[in-house]
Amino acid sequence: MLDKSLTQISKALRDGSLSSAELTRMALDKAADNAHLNAFISLNEEQALADAAKADAAIADGNNDPLCGIVTAHKDIFCTKDILTSCGSKILSNFISPYDATVVAKTAARNMVSIGKTNMDEFAMGSTTESSFYGPTLNPWNTEHVPGGSSGGAAVAVSAGIVPVSTGTDTGGSVRQPAALCGLSGIKPTYGRVSRWGMVAFASSFDQAGVFGRSAEDTAIMLEAICGFDPKDSTSIEDQNIDFRSELNQDIKGLRIGLPKQYFNQDLDSGIGEIVHQAADDLKKLGAELVEIDLPNSDLGIPCYYVLAPAEASSNLSRFDGVRYGVRAENYDDLESLYVNTRTEGFGEEVKRRIMVGTYALSSGYYDAYYIKAQKLRRLIVNDFHTAFEQCDLILGPTTPHTAPKLGAVNHDPVSMYLEDIYTVTLNLAGLPGMSIPAGIAKNGLPVGMQLIGNYMQESRILNVAHQFQQATDWHTLKPASHTAKNGGAT
Amino acid sequence: MSAPANWEVVIGLEIHTQLSTKSKIFSGASTAYGAEPNRQTSPVDIALPGVLPVMNKHAAELAVRFGLAIGAVVNQRSTFERKNYFYPDLPKAYQISQFQVPIVGEGEVEIETDQGKKIIGITRAHLEEDAGKSIHGAFHGQTGIDLNRTGTPLLEIVSDPDMRSAKEAVAYLKKLHQLVRYIGISDGNMQEGSFRCDANISVRPVGQKEFGTRAEIKNINSFRFVEAAIEFEIERQIDLIEAGGEVVQETRLYDPDRDETRSMRSKEEAHDYRYFPDPDLPPMYIDSETIERIRAELPELPEARIARYIKEFGLSQQDAEAIVFERASADFFETCCLNTKAKPAIVLNWMNAELGGLINKAGIKLNDSPVDAIALSGLLDRLQDDTISGKIAKDVLADMWDGKGSADEIIEAKGLKQITDSSAIEGMVKEILAKHPDQVTQYQAGEQKMIGFFVGQVMKASQGKANPKQANELLRKLLGN
Repeated sequence: MLDKSLTQISKALRDGSLSSAELTRMALDKAADNAHLNAFISLNEEQALADAAKADAAIADGNNDPLCGIVTAHKDIFCTKDILTSCGSKILSNFISPYDATVVAKTAARNMVSIGKTNMDEFAMGSTTESSFYGPTLNPWNTEHVPGGSSGGAAVAVSAGIVPVSTGTDTGGSVRQPAALCGLSGIKPTYGRVSRWGMVAFASSFDQAGVFGRSAEDTAIMLEAICGFDPKDSTSIEDQNIDFRSELNQDIKGLRIGLPKQYFNQDLDSGIGEIVHQAADDLKKLGAELVEIDLPNSDLGIPCYYVLAPAEASSNLSRFDGVRYGVRAENYDDLESLYVNTRTEGFGEEVKRRIMVGTYALSSGYYDAYYIKAQKLRRLIVNDFHTAFEQCDLILGPTTPHTAPKLGAVNHDPVSMYLEDIYTVTLNLAGLPGMSIPAGIAKNGLPVGMQLIGNYMQESRILNVAHQFQQATDWHTLKPASHTAKNGGAT
Repeated sequence: MSAPANWEVVIGLEIHTQLSTKSKIFSGASTAYGAEPNRQTSPVDIALPGVLPVMNKHAAELAVRFGLAIGAVVNQRSTFERKNYFYPDLPKAYQISQFQVPIVGEGEVEIETDQGKKIIGITRAHLEEDAGKSIHGAFHGQTGIDLNRTGTPLLEIVSDPDMRSAKEAVAYLKKLHQLVRYIGISDGNMQEGSFRCDANISVRPVGQKEFGTRAEIKNINSFRFVEAAIEFEIERQIDLIEAGGEVVQETRLYDPDRDETRSMRSKEEAHDYRYFPDPDLPPMYIDSETIERIRAELPELPEARIARYIKEFGLSQQDAEAIVFERASADFFETCCLNTKAKPAIVLNWMNAELGGLINKAGIKLNDSPVDAIALSGLLDRLQDDTISGKIAKDVLADMWDGKGSADEIIEAKGLKQITDSSAIEGMVKEILAKHPDQVTQYQAGEQKMIGFFVGQVMKASQGKANPKQANELLRKLLGN
């Protein structure tokens, strides 16, 4: 049942063939069976079962919400009242938030049942989920490989068939990249669509919540649940149209799909290039028109991002000082050593690296050369997209240059790890919505994702094209071997 | 004391004034002073993970009001930046402030100096949040942190380096102190830290164009300390240079107990605040309609009011300045004048001497007086139309103070109406004269002051109700002079 679509599960909940309590029990058992994947930092069995009972009561009362009683899991970056919010870090490994993030509150208000908090790179800094204080998450397609990151746990929770949908966050690709590496549909909406209230900040001008699902339709339903204006977030967009489903079935005849020539260069694994071109041809068969477009400043995305995001992070993470909450160093003699020891012991290597880079970029004497320069590049990248969207309605390209790397293969080489974000970071720099959907399987047996990039607030169009592609192909229905072998036909 | 004639002093002030908002600048927590430590803190103030600031619109409007009051440019688009530094009473480890584009641009105020009026330029005024408080010494070997003040809205008002003596600096500070309270943007309470300043001081030989190296004295919270700190600093710098030394750019603290300034940190030790735009707060836009609404609501400023009081109420410059100094007293005076037939001079006298006496005795503020402006005007009307004498009016005021009713009610209830019927007074006068033949003789022998005795007797006999003027006239007539 758990590997069925959200709509199908929802139907079963409503026709009485399944209760939310049963569904929740199944999800918790499935999580336990897959404990070796390390997708979760905490499971919240008691609360989940209580919420499921409430959802069942609501359904009995005639609640027709397709999300009522559906199980999900939140990335451990979202603050949750009464249960641990670690953000994958030792420094918050004892932190219980007194309040719920808006995303958490919104899904709870829809009677969704959260079974736990998913593993992630520490403070969302990483592309492999290996920088987590709680150890790496494994890719269910091949456990010798990483699931991508930083929302690796959230992706694996769906990919391994534990929950049908989950929440993640995407600062430089952290939803789209693990979605690609785990064979999922994952969408990051326009910056400002989803409230950041209660989402532990990494780089505030980039951070945006997103969702994972096994189809475009499932992600559309889930995305609707978390979007919306929030007066608690000053960067939140007012008066949003939050209907991502009514255009799903629209045909895509005449839609101009742009293929950026810079996205198909020597950086890209040739196998992935072929798969994405094949997908583009499939879309052409559905009536779309393919146009080559130019995003001349694409190669500046990584350097620009890795100045600005660490700069913001260095300031955002300064509050973790051991004074008011979180883990404080046991030994210190004075204020200075309290700070130094707490932060030295509490943060992992990658986080420290980015704090140092960011602090440097903001320092007097370097600010103009790094921070200001990078802001100018950011503007150029925005302008590139602006020009591109005059020639096409949607942009298509690969999500990642490679399939999922092996554990330990890139996390000790920061620059090559950063380069894995080459196609995803530019959207965060511009604040544009983007989605990764399964496009094929590479020769190594691992999934390949393709990225659909829309103009601002054009999530409906992205989801429409993704859904039409999924109606015509079955890449999104493929499941990891371990998952199908172990659970094939069980439900 | 002032600088030697061959030295010129250059002073600029940065004033931090707490804006009178109910809630904090970026959170909904209360700003009320004096709560138990850490009880007025929201998740935003404590800087819990995941919290975000939301600008308090009222704080921005108060800043605009200030800008309009000093004739400054109000920037319709202003920006928020982060000032990064670690300290336990700064929970986020950054202060949100306006760095690039402040809400208030250039303006000016006029001060009185010994040489006459002088314009002091204001460079800018920007919004920022206050930090919490560190409490040293109360806990063995540890420092207590009270975050109640964290996030209190501040307007930092930065002057041009236009002041040339400690006296001018104090005059400017007082001017601003009056202004912020007048326009109602701050209570200006210096003891509670609602109004405090940093002073930038340098000296240069007279005639030199370039400024000397400046020292900044931090966080001075009384007019007296500002004057003393600046005087000390001027002398220190001049002595230093005259002895062949050099002033170093540094931050100093004033110690009122020793009346001296001490180095806190030098330029080399200065923080690198790593200012950058706060990505959580987009630039703030204030539309023209809002600015015009605030302009229309702006109260009449002290200078204009003083001029008007001289013209409309015939007050002297000195009286006008005194009554206008506090907005509450000016409002009281004006309301009273507009509601009584008594002359403004009488109103002023009763406000200051009689009501003022009761207020001082009770140790309360004018605004909390149980006798308000309308009530006092009612009393002064009865004085004006001779219903009661001044003496009786004082008794009536005392009863009004005690909540026994309006002037008319008390006069009616106690039958205090003045006797102005000549025949009734004449009867009393005749009786008195008959009773005191010796005193009559004395008077007629030339002891003019005996008239006072007779008036007193008449007042006594009438229980204070006889019109003393009439009694006086009748006495003189009947005594034959």
